[in-house]
Order: sequence, then structure tokens, then C-alpha cells
Amino acid sequence: MTTFPWLPALFVLPLVGAVVVMLLPKSAHTLAKQVGLVFSALVFAVTIVMALGFNSAKAADFQFDISVPWIPAFGVNFAMGVDGIALVLIALAVSLVPVVLLAGWDDVDGSQGSVRGYIALILVLEAAMIGVFAATDIFLFYVFFESMLIPVYFLIGRYGGPRRNYAAMKFLVYSLVGGLLMLAALIGLYVVSAQITGTGTFDFTTLAGLNIDPATQKWLFAGFFIAFAIKAPLVPFHTWLPDAAAESTPGTAVLLVGVLDKVGTFGMLRYCLELFPDASRWATPLVITLAVIGIIYGALVAIGQTDIKRLIAYTSVSHFGFIALGVFVMTSRGQSGSALYMVNHGFSTAALFLIAGFLISRRGSRLMEDFGGVQKVAPILAGTFLIAGLSSLALPGLSSFVSEFLVLVGTFERYPWVAVVATLGIVLAAVYILLMFQRIMTGPTSDVVKERVLELKGREIVAIAPLLVVIVALGFYPKPVLDVINPAITRVMHSVSATDPAPEVAPVAEGTAP
Amino acid sequence: MSATASFDIPAIDYSAIGPILIVTGAALVGVLVEAFVPQLYRRSVQLVVTFGALLAAFAALISIRGMREIVAVGAVAIDGPTIFLQGSILVLAFIAALVIAEREVDPVGDAFAPRASALPGSVDEQAFTGLGWLQTEVWPLFLFSVGGMLLFPASTDLLTMFVALEVLSLPLYIMVGLARRRRLLSQEAALKYFVLGAFSSAFFLYGTALMYGFAGTVSLSGIADKLTATAGANSLVITGTALLAVGLLFKIGAVPFHQWTPDVYQGAPTPVTGFMAACTKVAAFGALLRVMYVALGGVRWDWRPIMYVIAALSMLVGVVFALTQTDIKRMLAYSSIAQAGFMLIGVVATSRQGLDATLVYLFAYGTATIGAFAVVSLVRDSTGEATHLSQWAGLGRKSPVLASVFALFLLGFAGIPLTSGFTAKFAVFSAGVAAGATPLVIVGVLASAIGAFFYVRVIVLMFFTEPAADSGVSVVIPSAFTTLAITITAALSLVIGVLPQFILDLANNAGIFIR
Repeated sequence: MTTFPWLPALFVLPLVGAVVVMLLPKSAHTLAKQVGLVFSALVFAVTIVMALGFNSAKAADFQFDISVPWIPAFGVNFAMGVDGIALVLIALAVSLVPVVLLAGWDDVDGSQGSVRGYIALILVLEAAMIGVFAATDIFLFYVFFESMLIPVYFLIGRYGGPRRNYAAMKFLVYSLVGGLLMLAALIGLYVVSAQITGTGTFDFTTLAGLNIDPATQKWLFAGFFIAFAIKAPLVPFHTWLPDAAAESTPGTAVLLVGVLDKVGTFGMLRYCLELFPDASRWATPLVITLAVIGIIYGALVAIGQTDIKRLIAYTSVSHFGFIALGVFVMTSRGQSGSALYMVNHGFSTAALFLIAGFLISRRGSRLMEDFGGVQKVAPILAGTFLIAGLSSLALPGLSSFVSEFLVLVGTFERYPWVAVVATLGIVLAAVYILLMFQRIMTGPTSDVVKERVLELKGREIVAIAPLLVVIVALGFYPKPVLDVINPAITRVMHSVSATDPAPEVAPVAEGTAP
Repeated sequence: MSATASFDIPAIDYSAIGPILIVTGAALVGVLVEAFVPQLYRRSVQLVVTFGALLAAFAALISIRGMREIVAVGAVAIDGPTIFLQGSILVLAFIAALVIAEREVDPVGDAFAPRASALPGSVDEQAFTGLGWLQTEVWPLFLFSVGGMLLFPASTDLLTMFVALEVLSLPLYIMVGLARRRRLLSQEAALKYFVLGAFSSAFFLYGTALMYGFAGTVSLSGIADKLTATAGANSLVITGTALLAVGLLFKIGAVPFHQWTPDVYQGAPTPVTGFMAACTKVAAFGALLRVMYVALGGVRWDWRPIMYVIAALSMLVGVVFALTQTDIKRMLAYSSIAQAGFMLIGVVATSRQGLDATLVYLFAYGTATIGAFAVVSLVRDSTGEATHLSQWAGLGRKSPVLASVFALFLLGFAGIPLTSGFTAKFAVFSAGVAAGATPLVIVGVLASAIGAFFYVRVIVLMFFTEPAADSGVSVVIPSAFTTLAITITAALSLVIGVLPQFILDLANNAGIFIR
């Protein structure tokens, strides 16, 4: 079982799919979509088989690990391996890709760019997403981190909405600036590792074990953190996200916000905290402040939006604030909550974006004022949208609630007042989600809406149903995911030398003062 | 000194300087061909001579690849860096020659004026064009220039270096003025290049004289020994270093000696632009590295701060001015100024790692540059090359393969992972950080970000913008020559990006400069 190179296979499979799709005739639109769907389903199946072989008891270790020398001159290995967090994020990515392809079956018709190109780009992106979560060599991680930009850039710039050029360029410039700062820090880390161990390395485990001088750590931390903060995005690095999400096709938006942005928070948790523990503790007040500002600001701006997709994008800005908050409060509950939130947010945002996409393509407008009374003509559409929305506002029983609650509890343990302020974000979430629902779904139904906004088709229901099932299932029973995540969180907590504050009511054991 | 003393009689190991001799010898043959072979056959004969000479020189270079000696009475050092640089120059010159040999893309002939002496727009010119004559003198000029480039980074004394500088420059001045289209622009560029080039050569010569005044010798190792003996710099050394650096930095096109670059790159026939942008830079960087590492290593604390500033300025000025360009050739010119700045990080590092990194960067940059200019030469309208950026709109629709290849080169210049540019940038940046030049690397990173903006803007134009309805711009299908050149350069860009170990090993095995 362990001898089979699961992760490289998983990485190569979508690439093969992309090549196959590109070899199809240009006019074979449906065939390209079918082949793309088959490959993405295959990747999903392989992931499930792999995940069944994952040993949750040792989820803190990198499993299915493989390391092949790639560029010995730089000390770079093609090294992959997954811990619990990486595994669930890969699972998130590979389950969203087939959903996106199926839900967005008619999003691309060849009028803007070729259909096979779109499918191939999605598959290339899938490979890069798997690679970025699976890499245990930081150089390799950086290569995937940067090369993800190219497919996304083309997906937005070629297949997006009216202001796609602007959005694609803004996305690319923001991401590149972050990526290049990370490159500088990466090189610095490499040089530091060469000074400490004698040979430069990019191996994550080795680097995490180094004792880097705290002053140097701060600089290196800054390089990595800014890159991740742009990717995630945290306020004030967030302005590219609404544009990019609003201008891209719903499918691209799902992958962008649902998965790609997770690379930012995943990077904070895995790389910032474990590689630069001193600097991370040093930066905690700043990051927590930014995160809380993000939670409140994102939510307030979301309330003011008139464009559905921009609204959803801003809700994500708010939610990423929660995730970053949970990562940096340095409690195991907060971090578990954040890791779980990454998964839950992926599914609920996917559902929101896709259903919003159905609405928008039917009505031909992204503005909420052009809708109204949809629930009378399309009750199933309205119902699914409501469930997705309620999950986004963290209604108990739906998945986001568990993670948001964990983050807030984890925050409260150490920073009670921060938790109080952050909780306001939930109230505001109820405002923006319910306002959106009210404006779109309730009220009088105009003739245009009656005529154009039809009920969900069978294909669309098939695409959305799994998302809603996951949202409900993880809302009631998040244990399987938490079981896989928690050992890895324990490792992170240990690396960053953080201990959970002892409960105040319980007697404190001697000598374990926090 | 000790190495030269062992030569009592001027015995010369001809095999050691075989590559140089073969190329310059072939250039002389080319001159004779011009004199004696009938017009009809000249082109074919010149092509055989040129490509034959480049291949033979490369074979000769392979045969001496293990050599680490000072030869030719102490005038030429055949060491690892020399072999790597000469190999790079020969490979790049070979690819550039393929582009120069192209004659299918222009319906009237190749890229060169049939008779450069005919006045632009004159009856004579039309007559020569009507006859379908081709300019074949470009070939011997090309070979002379390559010969000079091979000698330039191998010279161990400043006078040999000066001779090499002139041998490589003079033919280039002429080649720049040979464009078939837009001849006035081309001739203006040639004159500019010549006047400024001669000026900078004079700086170099003056620097040589001052160095001779200080050390009593022009040999690089002699200067180094004298510096060690006197333990430090005096005004002669400082002034001499500055003047030598001006001459070399001019050829490299580093700020503030870059003013000629955009005009000359724009005016020169595009195949020549590719050639000079790639090969001259390799040769000049080789020479700069040798002078700075071998002769002036002892006073590096004096020149490093200045080089710091020049590197930073080159990167920033290059990318910022490139942002505002509307002509693709001028944009690539400013981009090459920025690239020179990145390479200077390797020079500033003054370490073994910095040397290796610069060597790799030079080769990676050279291949992508020749490829990029080869692509530029294929995008044409009825008046010649369509170099205005607006004319490139929608190219991705008309010719997806070519546009993708050009995008690959641009992404390489921008330093996106999995392209050769990334490997090269990573190498110089890590050398820079290891040598304590972290602030410079930060500047480099920021410049890369700005640079990415305009490289990507061209990609946007090609892929996301609708072509103007009546632009008349088309992508010409070239002959096998250019196709081969573009294929090789694109393949190298990818290979150096994805599997760079072989070139890193080559550079690493090159070792250090011998004295």
C-alpha cells in the first residue's frame, strides 16, 4: 500500500486529463466536458481510495510520503506527503472539481475561448492544487503556489465577465507581488539553513526543526505571511478578490475562493507557524487585529453590495478573518476550528457561488435588484440557496457552525474580548445572507424573472446535492474530519511551543503555568 | 605571473585557442567568398562556411573542455568559465545564425538591405531590391563578431580584452545599420551605437592606461598581485576601475550606460537584435566577471557599493521604462536592461556561487532573448514587422502556437517557476542573499513584480484582446531556419525551467577563474 506513489499519481492524473482534452478536436465541446468530468471523477475516486489507507492515528506525520531528488544543486527534492490537514484540503479540492465541471456545464460555450481549453485549464489547476497541499519541500510548494496563478489567470481573463481583463490582471499582480516576497523569504530561509546545517535544504521537516535566530525569523515570516495574507486574503490585501470572483465563471470562482485561497490560510498554519514560531508569536497581536478587522469589515461591506457575486466574495473576506483568527490565537481548539473551517467554507461557498451562478445565467444579471420572488417560480433553487446561505451564516446544524464555534471558543480561551468582537461577525452574517435571500427570493415576482428564472435542471440538482449533503453531514457529525485534523494541529501547537490556557475554574497543575 | 614566466619562447598551444581561430578564420574565408564567388551562390556558400565554422568551433571547444591553463603567451585563459562562456556564445550564435539566415518571412528577401551603401529610398535601392540581391556580407561580419566575443571573456590582460572588444563591436556597428525596412531608423541606430560605443571603448582604454600606471602591467593577475602588495587602493586604481567598468557596463547595457539600448535594439534588423542582445551580453558579462573577480577582487570593497547601485538602478529603470513602451522591440530592450541588473547581483556577490549563477543566467537569458526576437520578426504587416504593441492584439487567436511560445519567453523573463528565467533568478537571488546582498535581492524581487506586469500585459494583448479589424497584421510562416531556432529556444526555456540540474552542474563544474 505504501509503495504505490499515491500523491504523484494523483498529481499526474489531472495533467494527463488536460493533455487528453487538448488532443480532442476543437469543436468537440460536449466530448471535452465529458472527458474532463471523467478524469476529475477518477481523481476523486483515487483520492478516496488513498484516504482510506490514511492512518488517522498518525495523522501528524506525513503519510504516503515520497521524495525524489529534483534539483540537487539547490537541494530541492520532489517531495510529497500529507498530514491530516493537507489530506482534507486535497479531498476538498478534488471533490469540488467534478462538481464545478458538472454545475458549470453550460458556462462555457466556445464563444469566448475554446471549451477544451477551459476544461484543460481546470484540470491543470486541479493538479497544481493537489501539488500545493501535498508538497513537503518548500521549493516545490512555491513552484506550485506560483504556477497555480497561470491557469487561474487564463480562466478569469479568457472566460470571465465584462471586466475580466482588469480582474485577471489585478489578481495576477497582487498574487505575484506576494509570491515574489515569499521567494525572497524562501531564498533567505535556504541560506539560513545552509548556515546552520552546512547544506542548504528545502525539506519542511528539517527546516521546522531549525533554531533560527528570532530577528531573522521576523523577516522571513514577513515574506511568507504577506504572500499568504494576499492569497487568503486578509484585509487590507483583499481588494483583488471581489473583482476576480465577480468576473470569473461560477466554477472558477468556486475553485478560486473555495480552494485556492485556502492555500493562504493553510500556509499560515503549516509554514508560518511551524517554520517561524518565535516570529509567529511576535506577530500574533497584529494578525489578530487584522483578522478581526477583516471579519467586521468584510461583513459590513458585504451588506452594502448590490452584486450577488461580489457579496459572496466579501462574505468570504469575513470568513477568512475567522480562519486566520483561529490559526493565530494559538489554541488547539482555535486551530482545529480553522482547519475545519477551511473545508466547510469551501463547500458552503461552492454551493453559494454555483447557485448564484445558476441564477445569474438565467436572469442575465448579477444585480440583486433585477431579481425578486424567485422562490415562487423556482422553489428548489430557492431552497438550496437558503441552505447554502444558512450554512454560510453558521446556523447550528450546518457545517460552518461547528468550525466557527470552535474558532470563537479557542479565541475566548485566550483573548475573550477579541472573541466578543468577532462574534459580531456572526450577527452581521445573518444580516447579509438574509437580506440577500430576501431581495432575490421573496417579494413580488417580475415578469422577466417569471419568464427566465426556471427551476433547477436535473444536472444542476445532481451537482448541488452532494454539497448540501456534506454541509448537513459535517454539521451534525464533524468527528471524522476533526479526528484527522487534530493530530496535525497538536504537531503545529508543539512546533510553535504553544499550550492551551488552563481553564480558570479547574485547579492548575503545579509548574504548568501558561 | 608565474604561469607566464614558464614560457621562454612564444610557443602557442593552437588547440587551446582553436575555437577562436576557427571562427575568425572562417570569417576571413567569408570575406574571400564575397570577393570571388558569384552572387548566385554566395548565400549558400556563406551559410555552409558559417554553420560549419560554428559547429567545428564547438567541437574544438569540446575537445579542450578539461583544460585549465593560461595559453597564448599569457594572453588567454582557458579555464572553466571561459569554456562555459565560449560554449554559450557558440550555441547562442548558432541559434541566432538560424534566425539571420531566414529569408521567407519578407516577400522581398531577407532582413538585410541588398546594398547598404544605396541611399534609402533611392532609385539604386529599388533597383537592387528588384534584382532580388541579397546581402551576404553580413555573414563574415557575424563571424568576426563571434570571434571577438569568444576572445573577450577569455582575455587575461586588458589590452587583449580591448582588442577583442573592438573586434566584436565594429562588425556589430555595421550589422545594426543593414536593415532592409525602416532604413533611416536602422542607420541612425548604427551611428548612435558606433559613436557611443567608440566613446565607451575610449573609457576602457583610458582605464587600461591608468591601471598600467598603477601596476606597471596590463595583465589581470599582475594587477591583482600589485593590489595585494600595496594593500589597498589609491586614486589611480579607483579611477582606473571606474573607467574600465564604464566600458564594460556600456556593452552590458546597465544603467546609467543604457541609453543606446532601446534605440539600437529597435533600429537594428530584428535577427541582429536577437544576436547582439544575447551574445554580446554573454561576452561582456564574462569579461566583466573576469576583470572584477581576477584583477580587482582585492578592492571589491571599493567597487561593490557602486555595483550595488548600478544593479539596483538597472533593474528599476529597466522595468519602469519598459512599462511605458508601446513598441515591442523597445520593450524588450528595456527588459534586457533590467535583466542585466539581475545578472549584476551575481557579479556583486563576488563568490563562487555568484559566478555560477551569472553563467546560468546568461545562458537562460540568451536563449529566451533570441527566441523572443525571432518571434518578433514573424509578426508582420505590409510594411514589414509590426512592432507596435497594439498590432499584437489578438495574436493568440490568429496563431495560438506562436503566441504561446512568446508567452513562454515572457513568463521566463518575468521569472515564473518552471521556466528558465525562474531557475536563473533563483540562482542569482540565492547567491545574492548568501553574499549578504539581501537588500539588493529585495529590490530585485520588487522589480520582478513590476516587470511581470508588462510582460503579462503583452500576454493579455495576445490572448484576451480582440484584434483590430483592419490591422493587416499576420503571422508569417517561416522557413525551417527560424522554426528550428524558435523550437530550440522554447525547448531550452522549458528544460532549464523544469530540469535545470544539467546546466547547474555544467556551471558548477566550470569552477573558478584561473589566474
